[in-house]
Amino acid sequence: MQHLLNILIKSIFVENAIFAFFLGMCSFLAVSKKIKTATGLGIAVIFVMLLTTPLNYVILEFLLKKGALGAIHPSLATVDLTFLAFILFISTIAGAVQLVEMVVEKFSPGLYNSLGIFLPLITVNCSILGASLFMQEREYNFAETAVFSLGTGTGFFLAIVLMAAIRERLRYSNVPQPLQGLGIAMIITGLMALAFLSFSGIQL
Amino acid sequence: MSVETSTAAAPQEAKKDGLFSKKNRRVLSDPLDDNNPVTVQILGVCSALAVTVQVKPAIIMAIGVTLVTAFSNLIISLIREGIPGRIRMIVQLVVVALLVTLVDQILKAYMFDVSKKLSVFVGLIITNCIVMGRLEAYAMAQKPWPSFLDGVGNGLGYGIILVVVSVIRELFGSGSVMGLKVVPQFLYDLGYVNNGLMMLPPMALFLIGIYIWIQRARNQKLVNVS
Repeated sequence: MQHLLNILIKSIFVENAIFAFFLGMCSFLAVSKKIKTATGLGIAVIFVMLLTTPLNYVILEFLLKKGALGAIHPSLATVDLTFLAFILFISTIAGAVQLVEMVVEKFSPGLYNSLGIFLPLITVNCSILGASLFMQEREYNFAETAVFSLGTGTGFFLAIVLMAAIRERLRYSNVPQPLQGLGIAMIITGLMALAFLSFSGIQL
Repeated sequence: MSVETSTAAAPQEAKKDGLFSKKNRRVLSDPLDDNNPVTVQILGVCSALAVTVQVKPAIIMAIGVTLVTAFSNLIISLIREGIPGRIRMIVQLVVVALLVTLVDQILKAYMFDVSKKLSVFVGLIITNCIVMGRLEAYAMAQKPWPSFLDGVGNGLGYGIILVVVSVIRELFGSGSVMGLKVVPQFLYDLGYVNNGLMMLPPMALFLIGIYIWIQRARNQKLVNVS
C-alpha cells in the first residue's frame, strides 16, 4: 500500500510529467491562457490517461509480451511482439479517445460542450503515450499502472492550472516585446520546473 | 497546435515547377528560421527539451524526426484522397507509428547505447506535434514532392534548435562537445567549475526562451505570432 502511495506522490510531484520530462508541453503551452480552459483540458487528460494506460497494460501483458500468446497455442509461446507496442499503444489511445468522444456526446451533451473540444487534442498529447511507454519501460504491474496513470494525469492538471493562473496575471506586467507570448511562457515554465526540482529531495 | 498560414497556400500553382524551383526551395528553407516549428509554430517542444543534455543523442533524435516527418508527409500526401475524414487521425497515427517503429528498431540494432539514452523519447516521436501538425496543415492538401520537402525542412528546423541548445548545455554543463573535451584542463586547475544547472531540465526551457527572444528581437515580424 505504501509502495503505491509512493508511486502516486512521485508521479505527481517529483517526476511531474511537464516539469521533469516535458511531456505534453505543446498543449501545455497552447491551452494555458485561461484558467477555465486549462481546467477542462486537465480533467480530460486525467480521464483519458486513467482509461488508456491500464488498457495498454492489458494489451502489453496478454498480447505482446514474450510467451503471452502461448495460452492460445503452445507453438506461439516463443513469439515476442513487443516491437509492435508503438502501433498498438497509439491505436488504443486514438480509438479510446474517439470512443469517449462519441459516448460523451451522446449521453452528456453538457459535459461534451465543456470537455469535447479538448478530446481530439489529447490523442497527440505526449503525456498520454509517454505514460504508456514509461509503464512498459519500468515494468509496472496492474495496480502500479493504475496509480501511476492517475498520478501523471494529476501532475499534468496541476501544472497546467498553475501555469494558466500565472499567465492570466502576466497580462498586467511589462514584458519586453520580443519576449512576450511564447518566450516568457518558456522562461516561466523553467522557473516553475526549478521550484518543482525541490521535491526531488524527498526520500520515498 | 498553432495555426499555420504562410506555406500552405495555392497548391495548383506548383504544377509547372521543377524539382528545386524557387517555390520548393522556400518550402524547404522557411521552417529553418522564419517559420521554425519549435520557436514559431510551437510544435514538438516536448522532446526538444528532454534530449538536449548531450549533443550526440540530440543529433540522432533530429535525424530520426526529420526522417519520420519527411516520409510520413510523403506517404500521407500520396494517399490523401483515399482517407475518410472522420478517421484520418487514426490513419495518420498508424503511418507515423510504423515509421517510428522502424527508426526505433534500427537504433536498437545499431546504436544501442544511444537508444537507451533516448529511452521513451524515440517512441514519443509519434506524438511529436511537428509530425502531426505538418500532416494536418500541409500534407493533407499538397502534392507529394512539396510535402516531402516540407517534412525535411521542418525536421531540420527542429534539428537546429536541438543542436544549438545541446551544444550550449554540453559545453557549459560538462565542458565537452560530442563527448570530446573542449574546456582545457588548466582552466579547471585555475578554479573553473562546470555549471551543474546546465544539466538540469529547466535550463533547456531558459535556453529556448532566450533563443526565441533573440530571434524575435532580430526579426520584428515574428513578434506578434502568439
